[in-house]
Amino acid sequence: MTASPSLPPQAATGAAVLLEAREVSHRFGPTRALDGASVQVAAGEVLCLMGSSGSGKSTLLQCLAGILRPDGGTVRYGGRDVHAMSDTERSALRRHEFGFVFQFGQLVPELTCLENVALPLRLEGVRRPEARRRALEHLERLGVADVAGKRPGQVSGGQGQRVAVARALITRPSVIFADEPTGALDSLNGERVIEALVGAARDIGTAVVLVTHEARVAAYSDREAIVRDGRVREQVMAS
Amino acid sequence: MSASHALLALLEQGPRHGYDLKRSYDERFGHFRELRYGQVYSTLARLLKNGLVQVAEEPGAGPDRKIYAITDAGVTDVATWLAQPETPEPYLQSTLYTKVVLALLTGRSANEVLDVQRSEHLQLMRRLTERKRTGDVADRLVCDHALFHLEADLRWLELTAARLDELAAEVRA
Repeated sequence: MTASPSLPPQAATGAAVLLEAREVSHRFGPTRALDGASVQVAAGEVLCLMGSSGSGKSTLLQCLAGILRPDGGTVRYGGRDVHAMSDTERSALRRHEFGFVFQFGQLVPELTCLENVALPLRLEGVRRPEARRRALEHLERLGVADVAGKRPGQVSGGQGQRVAVARALITRPSVIFADEPTGALDSLNGERVIEALVGAARDIGTAVVLVTHEARVAAYSDREAIVRDGRVREQVMAS
Repeated sequence: MSASHALLALLEQGPRHGYDLKRSYDERFGHFRELRYGQVYSTLARLLKNGLVQVAEEPGAGPDRKIYAITDAGVTDVATWLAQPETPEPYLQSTLYTKVVLALLTGRSANEVLDVQRSEHLQLMRRLTERKRTGDVADRLVCDHALFHLEADLRWLELTAARLDELAAEVRA
């Protein structure tokens, strides 16, 4: 293992560091999930966190996203310590600057797909007709405008994930956190979802932090960081 | 697969006769292909000429009596070989398996070998994915075929990474 204790694996050269974990540790009871993990994410880059199950990659994603508070180390977004913010500030950060796509279960079952996508805008106070118009645009862009009026339970897994991607993108966040976004889908639908997610993120310059165990999905990233035993190993380049 | 690098790496464990070296190679990697004696001695002669091995002892006449030892240049050559990823291609697992076992045997990091290879595979997969994204359906299908094969290699690689402790205990026993 060559993970360095002090220098986080570098973000793609040239772009400013947007998000950074430095020496982050986290325990779940007696289990040490993260043990000094460091990683940088540059603005607009697609970074893939890979590692075996139990390596700590999802925990790292949740610490980076301000969902889990690490026991040690710091997470900085735009230079600010995310976990030193007040709860209100951190919630605002997650609502305005971050978007989320999980494996499943993220859409509100009582709302239509269109209402689900419009929801983040409504929470920001955007008026209903405007929110719906923009939501429909996003559904069109992701090729799922035809399910706008349906509820999540009435659409396929692949369609539901593309609706979730539309909802994550609608606030034009700086970072999207995607934890196994294709984990419950077959190859073709998985490909459509990751293509839609990465394609749309690149169009609007959103960075993506992607957790996946599928190499074909990881191949859509610019760079991979390998999480092992709660640490991030430096990217190895062939000499 | 480079038998000469594997033979060289096996010499890192200590000086040996050509015969012992062949037996050690066949025991560990013979399930891919056993070596012929002629091949072992011609390889050793080449390694000797290139200064990667030296004759440690020559108790009698004939090549089969010589005891060969690895030189510092040989050790460096093994390290370079292990650190260099293989070009992704079908049936690569015999080479990768050999490299992983030899890294463990010679006290180097097998994780390094796997990490370098993962990175090499992913780079090729990124190029194929980009070609697929900008290509027509035929392009997509051709690239998909390659991508699924590369993904299978990577699955094997991840499984090997997960079993390294087990494998280390076995090869060092």
